[in-house]
Amino acid sequence: MSGTRPSLLSEGVRRLGSTTLFLAGLIIQCVPALARPRLVINQIYNAGARSLVIIMLSGLFVGMVLGLQGYDLLRRFGSEEALGTAAALGLLRELAPVITALLFAGRAGTALTSEIGLMRATDQLTAMEIMAVDPVRYVAAPRFLGGVIAMPLLAAIFSVIGLFGAQMIGVQLMGVDKGVFWSQTQSSVGLHDVSEGLIKSVVFGIACSLIAVHEGYNATPTAEGVGLATTRTVVASSVVTLLLDYVMTAEFL
Amino acid sequence: MVDVRDVHYAVPGGREIFSGLDVKVRRGRITAIMGPSGAGKTTLLRLITAQISAARGQVLVFGRDLASLAHAEIYQLRKRMGMLFQNGALLTDMDVFENVAFPVREHTDLPEALVRLLVLTKLQAVGLRGAFALSPGELSGGMARRVALARAIVMDPEVLIYDEPFVGLDPISLGVILRLIKQMNRVLGITSIIVSHDVRELASVADDSYLLSGGRIAATGTPAELRASDSPAVRQFMTGSAEGPVPFHYPAPDYATQLFAADES
Repeated sequence: MSGTRPSLLSEGVRRLGSTTLFLAGLIIQCVPALARPRLVINQIYNAGARSLVIIMLSGLFVGMVLGLQGYDLLRRFGSEEALGTAAALGLLRELAPVITALLFAGRAGTALTSEIGLMRATDQLTAMEIMAVDPVRYVAAPRFLGGVIAMPLLAAIFSVIGLFGAQMIGVQLMGVDKGVFWSQTQSSVGLHDVSEGLIKSVVFGIACSLIAVHEGYNATPTAEGVGLATTRTVVASSVVTLLLDYVMTAEFL
Repeated sequence: MVDVRDVHYAVPGGREIFSGLDVKVRRGRITAIMGPSGAGKTTLLRLITAQISAARGQVLVFGRDLASLAHAEIYQLRKRMGMLFQNGALLTDMDVFENVAFPVREHTDLPEALVRLLVLTKLQAVGLRGAFALSPGELSGGMARRVALARAIVMDPEVLIYDEPFVGLDPISLGVILRLIKQMNRVLGITSIIVSHDVRELASVADDSYLLSGGRIAATGTPAELRASDSPAVRQFMTGSAEGPVPFHYPAPDYATQLFAADES
């Protein structure tokens, strides 16, 4: 038992170091990658547009649950009219960025890891290197940028649909006054609430895309290795997202 | 052109692959690197293309020591090389045309009409101009290798490296690849390095050959000279015999001891 501990720790440190170095290389290559907007736009489409359905559906249901639970809770204190505020703040600051990041890791992150891992396994990345094309610039950087740009957009859509879901339940089903719902929301939600959610989703975008691209790029070039890398992407992205969420929430409050 | 001098290399796990390897590839010739599986043929290619670096000794490509070159200089050097991978290594998210056009688009700013001309002439050279719109998934193994060959020569490299070009091909595809390798060398004057263990095919194209064994060069010369060698190791490899200095069995404990030990447990 004691024999496995140092190796686990050193493996963790090694991984963190390799990811950090990879991030540094990635950021350097982002500038030339931006010079080819077509590659980045393709990746925004892959990571963003293709995740839209799952994000919108989840946003709707999360908003509806928020409407039900929020109404039940607020009714106990006789302040049902605050439902709009509660739903909007909960979605914007917390639920939208976090759930979007978790769904992104499962939907787009795994796709990124397995795609890049398979490119590694079939020598495509090596072939690029031999053709004097840096695969970090051509493959990794556009995918990373695509994820970073897509995440805040997806979180924003999640918020809007979620708020619509909460309104649907609160106003249509539970009978909260529509005017009160929206005016309360408008008066209590400030720009800093929106920016808190935005900053979170950008940070989650960087973390999840980095993990997905790094795992794929360094996957063992076998079927088992790519499968393992894909699993690690989901696990690592989820844990890192929740950890970062706590740190940032503590910082913002 | 390529000069490997007294190279030592061990894999990160510790097993030594090369202990004092010397290989010289001369301009305009087809050089064959032969050897049994696991002799380090692919490792040698990775050394020559600067994917890995030697622990000791020098690898000179175009007269320049790879160990002394910066990342950017290695990329500059690689623009003068082409490499054909065993499985083709075509980019799966592009069609055949775009695959061949890829290095041109990455390294030059040529107008689209010129790119088209370049790509189509190279595809014509490998006989696959008609397949330009197919995706890599629709190609047979032999076709994929020919598309990869077109991609490897589209930038007119000075050195072309073939990694096991004959593996898994039907006799017709094999004949086509052999003819193309000769053609690339004779018509375009491309220096070629072929890594393979297919002795018969190599003998028909190679000008020089090296036989790798036990981390160093076991024999060198023209294919005919190798066949006439009296060294038992060389003879065993050239004739494909199971009996000889290279054992059939992986090192193992005594047969009977191991069998009965399993019984007792």
